[in-house]
Amino acid sequence: MKITQISVFLENRKGRLFDVCSLLGENNINIRALTIAETESFGVLRIVVDKSNMAVKLLKDNGFVANLTHVVAVEVGDNPGGLASVLKVFADNDVNIEYMYGFVEKFSDKALLVFRFADTDMAQQILAKNDIKVVTEKEIEGL
Amino acid sequence: MIWKEQVECADPADLKNLQSDYLRKLTAYIYNNCPVYKKKIDDAGVKPENVKSIDDIKKLPFTTKVDMRDHYPYGLFSTGQSEVREIHVSSGTTGNPTLVGYTKDDVKLWSDVMARTMCCAGAEPGDTIQIAYGYGLFTGGLGFHYGAMEMGLRIIPTSAGQTARQLKIMQEFKPRIIACTPSYALYMAEEARDMGIDPAKGNWKIGIFGAEPWSNSIRREIEELWNMLATDVYGLSEIIGPGVAQECPHKDGLHIFSDVFYPEIINPDTGEDVAEGEDGELVITTLTKQAIPLIRYRTRDIVSINYEKCRCGRTSPRISKIKGRTDDMIVVRGINVFPSQIEHVLVGIEGTQPYYQIVVDRKAHKLDEVEVLVEVEERIFSDEIKELKKLQDKIRKEIGSVLSIGVKVTLVEPKTIERSMGKSKRIVDKRTL
Repeated sequence: MKITQISVFLENRKGRLFDVCSLLGENNINIRALTIAETESFGVLRIVVDKSNMAVKLLKDNGFVANLTHVVAVEVGDNPGGLASVLKVFADNDVNIEYMYGFVEKFSDKALLVFRFADTDMAQQILAKNDIKVVTEKEIEGL
Repeated sequence: MIWKEQVECADPADLKNLQSDYLRKLTAYIYNNCPVYKKKIDDAGVKPENVKSIDDIKKLPFTTKVDMRDHYPYGLFSTGQSEVREIHVSSGTTGNPTLVGYTKDDVKLWSDVMARTMCCAGAEPGDTIQIAYGYGLFTGGLGFHYGAMEMGLRIIPTSAGQTARQLKIMQEFKPRIIACTPSYALYMAEEARDMGIDPAKGNWKIGIFGAEPWSNSIRREIEELWNMLATDVYGLSEIIGPGVAQECPHKDGLHIFSDVFYPEIINPDTGEDVAEGEDGELVITTLTKQAIPLIRYRTRDIVSINYEKCRCGRTSPRISKIKGRTDDMIVVRGINVFPSQIEHVLVGIEGTQPYYQIVVDRKAHKLDEVEVLVEVEERIFSDEIKELKKLQDKIRKEIGSVLSIGVKVTLVEPKTIERSMGKSKRIVDKRTL
């Protein structure tokens, strides 16, 4: 099951991250997971929120460049070696990870990680075959 | 010394006679040898025999950069290519580059005006000159080389770059004269300090600086740093290269060699003359060139002119330092940069909208830097940094290859570059000139 991530282009300028977060906050949109990838001159903010369609429209209406990407949220045991055991499955099956990051909160005793795969469909099949739990869009919205 | 006293210090009436004689011959020459000019002159309703004195120059049509581009490569030549001995090419605006050619006599003329230039700056036969302008398709290096050869200087043809070596050569061979861009002179002073050399104790005593605009405050800085006399040289490849005008040690305007490069200062909108001392566009007629003589060439440089005799004894009129441009061209490290060149690249790269801004700055290390801001629009935006980097790199490489100078490309958010109804702010020049 894929979930939706919003990516936002951010210029390396004071207050831009604040602008995004306050816009979402004012409109009662909750950020579930977040990461920033940066270069010396610009950055890309990637977020998972509870109301992604509304959020992306809001951002665009306010002049941000934003788009939607499919990512997979995977449950990982919150114990030493928990992440490694999941990564081993990917490595053994030649699943390429573009990037990954953690959730702000969790809804069980497991940790939640967002993965962006080069081939999302293939990754999902491998995850299913190995009985690794992925989080659904519904669960994200209800977090 | 004054290299060609008979013309540089000529009585104004005699000079006018000489110019009139040259103009009559020039008009007949290009009319008979250059079909493009014949048509231009016919279209203006002028017959060559109607051009009798230099004042009749007003009857003749202007020549513009667009003419050069439209008739690229050979349309404006008045000789066949078999008589051409040298060509120089400079990067063009959007389409064609600018090609200029010299016959053997044109090279002689160039050598002569460059000898006058160096004498005007204060060089004496027997001096050593270090030529740190680029040698090659750029006219700077070779123009100085020919002139120095003509006037009998010892030449060190270092060309541009390799700063540590430039400084070692200065210490080793003790040239009294340095010729380079003003920004390079500033840059070399910093490098010298880093190498433990005190620039104020350097060997250069006279600098001949040009190929980019610079102000009197930069002049003071260079003169203090290097403990030298810093003079300004003016030229453009369409006319001949360097050697069109040069400051004497009084530094009160650049003496234009008006016996061969006839100047007019016009209102760029009406084409009419402005009054002496008022700012206007410099228009030059090459009175004696053979390969590619130009009539009333619009330089797009804004200057004023002063016809008073100078304290140095020269009567040749003096133009001011360049005060601006009639177009949006900027000069960076001696290279002409037009916003249209950058626009062309951006439109060619799928996905980028042509909202951009060029920022030119002269950073701490004194070399001009160009940054191109490009707005990122939605269909090219990716959540993956590597894709955005790829785009940034592609733009950087393509602009770099078109301009022949390295640029920095910065992706910015949409609508962050200033829009305006009138002239768009394509260029932000932060250099203190």
